[in-house]
Amino acid sequence: MNFVTPDISLAAPELLVMSLTCLVLVIDVFLPQQQRHITYNLTQLTLLGALLLTLQGFGGEPVIGFDGHYIRDTLSDVLKISVYLISAAVFLYSRDYLRERDLFQGEYYVLGLFGVLGMMIMISAHSFLTVYLGLELLSLSLYALVAFNRDNADASEAAMKYFVLGALASGMLLYGISMIYGATGSVAIQSVAEALAQTDQSDNRIVLSFGLVFLVVGLAFKLGAVPFHMWLPDVYQGAPTSVTLYLGSAPKLAAFALLIRVLADAMGMLHSDWQQMLVILAALSLVAGNLIAIAQVNIKRMLAYSTISHVGFLLLGVLAGTQQGYSSALFYIITYVLMVTGAFGIILILSRAGFEAENITDFKGLNDRNPWLAFLMMVVMMSMAGIPFLVGFYAKLVVLQAAISAGLVWLAVLAVVFSVIGAFYYLRVVKYIYFDKPEAGSAGEEAFAISALDTTIVISTNGLLLVALGIYPTALLSLCRVAFPQ
Amino acid sequence: MLAEFPFLSFVIWTPIIGGVAVLFIGDDSPAKAKRLALVVALLTFAFSLPLYGLFNSTLGTMQLQELSPWIPTIDVYYHLGVDGFSMPLILLTSFTTVLVVIAGWEVIQYRVAQYMAAFLVMEGLMIGVFAALDAILFYVFFEAMLIPMFLIIGIWGGPRRVYATIKFFLYTFLGSVFMLVALIYMYFQAGSFDILVFHDLKLDMQEQILIFLAFLIAFAVKVPMWPVHTWLPDAHVEAPTGGSVILAAITLKIGGYGFLRFSLPITPDAASYLDWFIISLSLIAVVYISLVALVQQDMKKLIAYSSIAHMGFVTLGFFIIFNLAENAPGSSGIPMAIEGGMVQMISHGFISGALFLCVGVLYDRLHSRKISDYGGVVNTMPVFAAFMVLFAMANAGLPGTSGFVGEFMVILSSLQANFWIAFLAATTLILGASYTLWLVKRVIFGAVANDGVAALKDINRREIIMLSLLAIMILLVGIWPDPLVSVMHPTVDNLIEHVTRSKL
Repeated sequence: MNFVTPDISLAAPELLVMSLTCLVLVIDVFLPQQQRHITYNLTQLTLLGALLLTLQGFGGEPVIGFDGHYIRDTLSDVLKISVYLISAAVFLYSRDYLRERDLFQGEYYVLGLFGVLGMMIMISAHSFLTVYLGLELLSLSLYALVAFNRDNADASEAAMKYFVLGALASGMLLYGISMIYGATGSVAIQSVAEALAQTDQSDNRIVLSFGLVFLVVGLAFKLGAVPFHMWLPDVYQGAPTSVTLYLGSAPKLAAFALLIRVLADAMGMLHSDWQQMLVILAALSLVAGNLIAIAQVNIKRMLAYSTISHVGFLLLGVLAGTQQGYSSALFYIITYVLMVTGAFGIILILSRAGFEAENITDFKGLNDRNPWLAFLMMVVMMSMAGIPFLVGFYAKLVVLQAAISAGLVWLAVLAVVFSVIGAFYYLRVVKYIYFDKPEAGSAGEEAFAISALDTTIVISTNGLLLVALGIYPTALLSLCRVAFPQ
Repeated sequence: MLAEFPFLSFVIWTPIIGGVAVLFIGDDSPAKAKRLALVVALLTFAFSLPLYGLFNSTLGTMQLQELSPWIPTIDVYYHLGVDGFSMPLILLTSFTTVLVVIAGWEVIQYRVAQYMAAFLVMEGLMIGVFAALDAILFYVFFEAMLIPMFLIIGIWGGPRRVYATIKFFLYTFLGSVFMLVALIYMYFQAGSFDILVFHDLKLDMQEQILIFLAFLIAFAVKVPMWPVHTWLPDAHVEAPTGGSVILAAITLKIGGYGFLRFSLPITPDAASYLDWFIISLSLIAVVYISLVALVQQDMKKLIAYSSIAHMGFVTLGFFIIFNLAENAPGSSGIPMAIEGGMVQMISHGFISGALFLCVGVLYDRLHSRKISDYGGVVNTMPVFAAFMVLFAMANAGLPGTSGFVGEFMVILSSLQANFWIAFLAATTLILGASYTLWLVKRVIFGAVANDGVAALKDINRREIIMLSLLAIMILLVGIWPDPLVSVMHPTVDNLIEHVTRSKL
């Protein structure tokens, strides 16, 4: 038997990120606190390098390597590029916030980069083992990041909750994987799919169904779909805002990849089984997410519940089970991550030293103090509510299309009704920004005076991108269609 | 050559881009922002005038069409065009926006640039609604209008503005999302989002009824029809004068226009099956809401309720045709009912706009909308009183004003269908006259009521220009409605052909 060296160029971006992260870790140890910005710059350079490597190999036919454990296709390229760009923005928005709170430590960036590596592995995973490897690398980095401000009791509590429930979810996922392995004799996604397609599964029916249930439960935990969402609001609220931004944005892209690789690629043959489960998850998420968000006064918690409702919309696209549906869901998740990054980015910019812009009332009169930031926040909120000429509308449009094409008109009606209810709490933020007079101590007075030029440019680009994609969504939409060839 | 020029795109995008430019001037130089806003509004009006000249009024089909791919991945096209229904409404929109800019000239002191920009953007979006021939493009304009109107009422409105504007937003948003589901459903039936393709789509009765109801919710909220009208009095009362004018003159018409563009031609069988329902709602609006208007203490609220009653005529006219087609097929009443509804829409655009501007004139001086705070205004503001009386007469449907033409056409055709429907509709001539004339009596005539009224100054040149433009239009349409009616004739015939052909 010949030993064949695998073609490692397939994973070149991952290898680059891994080695540079280790390098950053070592360099950071020797840096005095006032030179911590070197760590930050190296982090951004790492992302840039990975971006260039991924762009270089962009497109083309899917390549599967490492004995079927790894894949590089257009979907993985699109998602990875989004992860780099979003993470770069996240690190940038967080920089001044962390510095003002004496949290400007190398650990944030090292853990952040390991998380990025975990996401990249999840995105490119093509067997249940690599899926799990990437997921755990990401999750462990996130647990540590949430507890990053260790003297803060809320953050420690959030980290504990996150860790316990996250470990439980991982256990569910592993248990499901083992059952699928028992029924099909493989963990590689392609072999599982082939085994399910070829053989008559009536003998293994029960094992497969149980395995599928555990898989879906694990995925729903990680996504935060109702009724597996309990950890999400507490973690969003308890974590330092810069960490909430991190864990609310790019990991959603990786979770989407997980959903596609596991449910669509591996278990595509069992579509009719998991569709029913996703219908229930989607309906519950839409109802609970939107209703509970109305009652929130803390904007981080409100955005957590809004995340849950957006997961419901995302599932609408996935459960259709068609290539068109998956690409709609991809479009949805990319635009959603763009919006949520903008929202938390603005919250970070508005938080000054000793002041957290955490309550919705902190936004009172923002238009009088800072019209441009007020406009950007309105754009983000209206886009989340799905009002046209903002990209959030097209995201909703395409997933609704997918649901209706799957014959689930009632679910589409439910989704739009609850999006109206959801519009209320987004409007309330706009109301505080535009209709109320500023109060002493509310946010925005000197936001731009203290934020750096690069932050200002990136947050403006982030907001205007929502408008630009809203006027002409074709480019991103066709990219998403290319990622899922018919 | 001239017809190749994309006039419609220019009329839509000039105010939107101009509005953004006004926004960038900023609130620090209000004078500059106002001047630019006026230039943009006038320019848009100038771009919209050729639409009338280029429009071939012997054709009932879509004209001045523009078609280019917009989001080809989901078959959405940038498809614009006008027919005899949309062209007059576009002219009404660009005309009204000029007035709104003039009306806000001295009155608005807070964030002038944002105010003007919001109205200009609003104008572009409203024209987009009238010109769109692609269902998604229509929906996008239809929904996007909510943002500027939400801000207009919320920022520059009265004391209860937040309640009013959120109610307005959620009501209209809820109405329209059902339409979105219906549009996507039809896309899968027709394979296209083109509205003209939808017009020829075959649908069975159950589909038609559900789609019809989805459209009904969307447009009934906009019109607004009883019982989903409750957002309108709140929004009107709290909105700044300009916002009330735009709401009454244009956005209500979008509901009526929606019936003509979607409900009637796409689901004629369901419309015919459910016409009694719409006719009942319309008659309730005409009779009951008129009575409600009678007891209002607030001038703006009174006019708001009168708007709902007048829009009842529009929906009555549009849906009486099925009754006519059954009882008197081929009668002249069928086209007359639809034309009457259309004339009523245009006329109500002028009259309600004028009345809201009049209330705005008084409010700017005394900061009260309560009828009891006025009385004997004619003694101190004779010129203003003359205008106000004219507009009130038009609102009551006096022959010679535009208010008479539409109502008369609708009543006349209802009479061919059913005496009692016509009878109930005709009560508006009495009820409308009562609440309008009583308003005039209490506000304008009589002895000077208090010191505030005694100190009133008559309207200045800006206000005279604004009100005389409207007075001219009201008299013009009232005395010589032919230029307006004749452009609609072929379009109405085309619509009736669609409506009388079963889509089953």
